[in-house]
Amino acid sequence: MAGLGFACLLLALFVCAYGIGASLYGVRAGRPEFVESGRRSIYALAVVLTVAFAVLEAAFLRNDFVFNTVAETSSRTTPAFYRAAAVWSSQQGSLLLWAWLLSMWSSLALFLTRRRMRDVAAYATAILLGFGGFFIALMIFYANPFATTRPTPVEGAGLDPLLRFPTMMIHPPMLYSGYTLCTIPLAFGAAALLARRVDADWIRVIRRFAFAAWLFLGIGILLGARWSYAELGWGGYWGWDAVENASLMPWLTATAFLHSLMLQEKRGMLKVWNISLVLATGTLAIMGTFLVRSGVLNSIHAFGGATLGVPFVVLIGALIGGSIYLVVSRREMLRSEHRLDALLSRESIFLANNVVLVGLCFVIFWGTYFPLISAALTGQEASVGPPWFDRYTVPLTLVLVLLSGIGPVIAWRRASWANARRNLLAPALAALTALIVLLLAGIDRKPYALVLFCAAAFVFASVGQEFLRGMRARRAMSGERAPSALLSLVRRNRRRYGGYVVHVGMAVLFIGVAASSSFQHASELSLSPGQSTRVGAYTVRYVHPTATVTPREDRAHTGSTLALGAVLEVRKSGRHVATLKPSEGFYASSEPSQGSVGSLIGGQPVSHISMDGGVTRDVWSAIQPNIETPALKRIVTAGDKTLGPEEAPVALLYLARAYLKQPPPAQFHLIVSPLVMWIWIGGLIVLGGGLIAAWPAPSRIRARVAARSRARAVRGLARA
Amino acid sequence: MAVIVAISTLALAALVVFLVSAPVRRAAAGSRAQTVAERPGADLDAAREAKYREIRDAELDYRTGKLSEQDYRAIDAELRAQALELLDEAERREQRPLPGR
Repeated sequence: MAGLGFACLLLALFVCAYGIGASLYGVRAGRPEFVESGRRSIYALAVVLTVAFAVLEAAFLRNDFVFNTVAETSSRTTPAFYRAAAVWSSQQGSLLLWAWLLSMWSSLALFLTRRRMRDVAAYATAILLGFGGFFIALMIFYANPFATTRPTPVEGAGLDPLLRFPTMMIHPPMLYSGYTLCTIPLAFGAAALLARRVDADWIRVIRRFAFAAWLFLGIGILLGARWSYAELGWGGYWGWDAVENASLMPWLTATAFLHSLMLQEKRGMLKVWNISLVLATGTLAIMGTFLVRSGVLNSIHAFGGATLGVPFVVLIGALIGGSIYLVVSRREMLRSEHRLDALLSRESIFLANNVVLVGLCFVIFWGTYFPLISAALTGQEASVGPPWFDRYTVPLTLVLVLLSGIGPVIAWRRASWANARRNLLAPALAALTALIVLLLAGIDRKPYALVLFCAAAFVFASVGQEFLRGMRARRAMSGERAPSALLSLVRRNRRRYGGYVVHVGMAVLFIGVAASSSFQHASELSLSPGQSTRVGAYTVRYVHPTATVTPREDRAHTGSTLALGAVLEVRKSGRHVATLKPSEGFYASSEPSQGSVGSLIGGQPVSHISMDGGVTRDVWSAIQPNIETPALKRIVTAGDKTLGPEEAPVALLYLARAYLKQPPPAQFHLIVSPLVMWIWIGGLIVLGGGLIAAWPAPSRIRARVAARSRARAVRGLARA
Repeated sequence: MAVIVAISTLALAALVVFLVSAPVRRAAAGSRAQTVAERPGADLDAAREAKYREIRDAELDYRTGKLSEQDYRAIDAELRAQALELLDEAERREQRPLPGR
């Protein structure tokens, strides 16, 4: 079936080439049938790439090791659940996933706009097919997912154990959906400039996809953080890693765009800024893919080889050059229609928010690409670490949180200082109360965290006040009861109140980040069974070791051949709090030189952390058992000499028994972090708020509201 | 297996050609329903919708105590006048014969 897969790639490349030609010819020559044919090329591309993806997925599920990709990144011992996800663990498979998702999202975008902006959509079709063609060409010429090998290997190398985690089933598709969705506003943005049509309908079209990109990218980032926290064995959720940063940067510019877009929609302002943000977001998404796939920067998340660097650099160069040319050459049509009415207005708060968001993006960009910049300038690759990022991002984040509380209580167009003072009083009092309570509670050692908590209290009070006043206004107008008035209020002003919920979610998320990073207690030490240690207010005792030999069905269902761990008892003030069972999984390697027994545990060991999570704190543990003791090494050496591959698993039983009988001291990593769960809860609130904001109003209500607004507008004129 | 692969590839290619070439074939055959027509006035619809939202936002800002009455009256009158301009423009476009009709 590899032949069918590769034929699909060739066909897909042909479809891209034809679609680009048809769209451009159609729009330039005024031949709508060719524009339509070009649009259908995207649908055809989606069909062809769906077949190609299904072929590769089936190969993984059937353990068809004739496919190089399957042999390199899967194995019979890899659980079926993870075999399905192994497709995107490889360079080739992830490129196919990227192209497939791009074709699906592009099809949806072009289907939804099939009766709108045909001239713009034609250029957008050509640009999206250009992206598709680029990734398909990469697969055909550099990283073919359908390459085969003869003779067929009996067994594969297996999926990287780090990726054997449920989140990894959906994290990459979510992140890639975000990246590919970022290219749709870019395509429509560049197309609008080419067609010289940046009108209100363009904003309506582009907003929807920018929002979808923001949402998917956000979910992907959050899932990645969760994976890092619960799987990687270092106890953190964000390490300012190059690949993490690469996904955050387009999310930041998309957030800025979603705010500043409202200024263009309402007042015809910031057109150059908005189009630049759209183009930057798409370009940053491509750069994110480049970082993951090119291997140009070191990252625990980077799974690419060094072969794709040059084509990506050419594409990114073309995107940056093309964007600058288009914005400069179309600057006349991008002139603002209005100026700021007043310094104190929602518009000016949005401007400040945009400056901070773009500033954050710039700082992260500089820190991420600093190794490349320093290598280019000095010949030596130097990198900056988390303290450097924290120095700049923490103050900017504090300003951002504060602005997200000020914005909701300031009116559009022009707010009076008297009104602003009155509206800011309750939030300011809430922040002051929070400050006094925190100081009385003795939380005064970390000034940044203290300011963040107060800023979050400010946001909660400001948004709460907005909901309350809105509900009162609604009740006064309609006479509804409080709950129905609140529901009606949100239903009729989804974007406004959904946005406020997002602000609350972000404040909650940052409370979790500030608390867990500022007030964390961590300990890395060696313990023998029976020994105890203190971590913060908790006492952790190493009760006894554990050892599991389960070649196919280990406790964590990750396909490890041997898992060595510990039972830990956690107590606080003498009271039992939790029992933790961290372990480390050992995996088979495909290296026969390691011997029959040695190869069974010769793969990369992976920590399976154990955690007692709660709304106030997480007690987190990881173990690194020592299997290099002379007694254990003797068993492996003897097994290698006397046992064949069939009998080798028996030696693992001896190994486990010996470990339990004479457990050597094990290295433990213990962390007590307050409020980590609020990071995930905050993320869910953001997601919920985003869905409220994006949920389309039922057409009946929309029509009724529009008719009412029209009637009011006419009445207003009659009065005038 | 090779035959199945060849047949599948050809079938897929035929499907693609059929799907993609349909509008061009229909146009060549002179069919009237050759393409999906663009919805006229979509830009005005969007502008109008945005203006109505702005009117509602101003009212909500006023009712939630963010705008003074004086400012609200001025902004509301301005926005309504702009909305009516858009309605007039839509009316003018409806009365104007479409090109080619």
